Amino acid sequence: MLALEFPPLSHIVNWPGFVGEGEIWEINKVVVIYGFAVLFTLLLFWLGGRKKELVPTGAQNLAEIAVEFIEDGIVMDTMGKEGLKYTPYLMSLFFFIFFTNIFEVIPFFQMPASARIALPLLLALLSYVIYHGAGFKSHGLGYFKHALVPPGVPVFLLPLVMLIEFVSKFLVQPFSHTVRLFANLLAGHILLVTFAVLTSGLVVAKWYAIFAPLPLIGVIFFTAFEVFVSFLQAYVFTLLTGVYINAAQSHEH
Amino acid sequence: MLLAEISNKGLAALTYGLGAIGPGIGIGYLVGQAVQAMARQPEAAGMVRTTMFLGIAFVEALALIGFVVFFLAGA
Repeated sequence: MLALEFPPLSHIVNWPGFVGEGEIWEINKVVVIYGFAVLFTLLLFWLGGRKKELVPTGAQNLAEIAVEFIEDGIVMDTMGKEGLKYTPYLMSLFFFIFFTNIFEVIPFFQMPASARIALPLLLALLSYVIYHGAGFKSHGLGYFKHALVPPGVPVFLLPLVMLIEFVSKFLVQPFSHTVRLFANLLAGHILLVTFAVLTSGLVVAKWYAIFAPLPLIGVIFFTAFEVFVSFLQAYVFTLLTGVYINAAQSHEH
Repeated sequence: MLLAEISNKGLAALTYGLGAIGPGIGIGYLVGQAVQAMARQPEAAGMVRTTMFLGIAFVEALALIGFVVFFLAGA
């Protein structure tokens, strides 16, 4: 029979440290990926902004497309003109998440750093502070009324509605924001591991080896799909941050 | 008793399958409607697409929470 054994979850997301095993500053694969993601994000905009030419070429071209994409596709769509001051934050958020995600399909790394909950949680909490901060800045203490009391609610329903709004806006929102990024990338990672394990298990299994191309096609197809997912999840995370900021600071009701 | 023989892992997998039905229907309906809207009014496609992804993100959260619970319960 086939000697197939799926590795336990801890084996595919936990990595031994290169240096400082067990210390608080332990450097393992995930930390290296964070480093690369920061480096790539900085490099893209440093190269793009180094020479400001009227007719952009190379890296400047790429950086300008990126800025336009975030400005038109996310900021203007969700917040309009008053959201433009948040463009730098959303931009670095998008590219940092995208670069940490894309390591899922880069050979020798093949680990999305967002599949450890620490990073999504940190970014979601950072966004949490920023959008509620924007709300308090825009409304003062009236922000609680703005956030908890939707217009046109009958008075006798008010306590219930306020409770629901409080739980959803202050407790569930950062949680779902975190889990969305984390679980998507974890699921993708597990999917790729499943097909890779199946392929390698079939290759060494006598005549069953003729079926090995089938999961191999799966690996190739899902690798392409995961590139799309990495992009989409970075986009969705940034888009939702924009939507939350807009909901917190907008004055129309 | 049959239910007693099913392991915790099997039960977790089964429950996740049940939990995926709702978001599956939801996303299918959502994207179908969005495609219809884009076909009727191609000039509004950009706006519809942004809203569609937003809606997908909200619906998908339910399935993903189920996915996380699946690992917590199955471990």
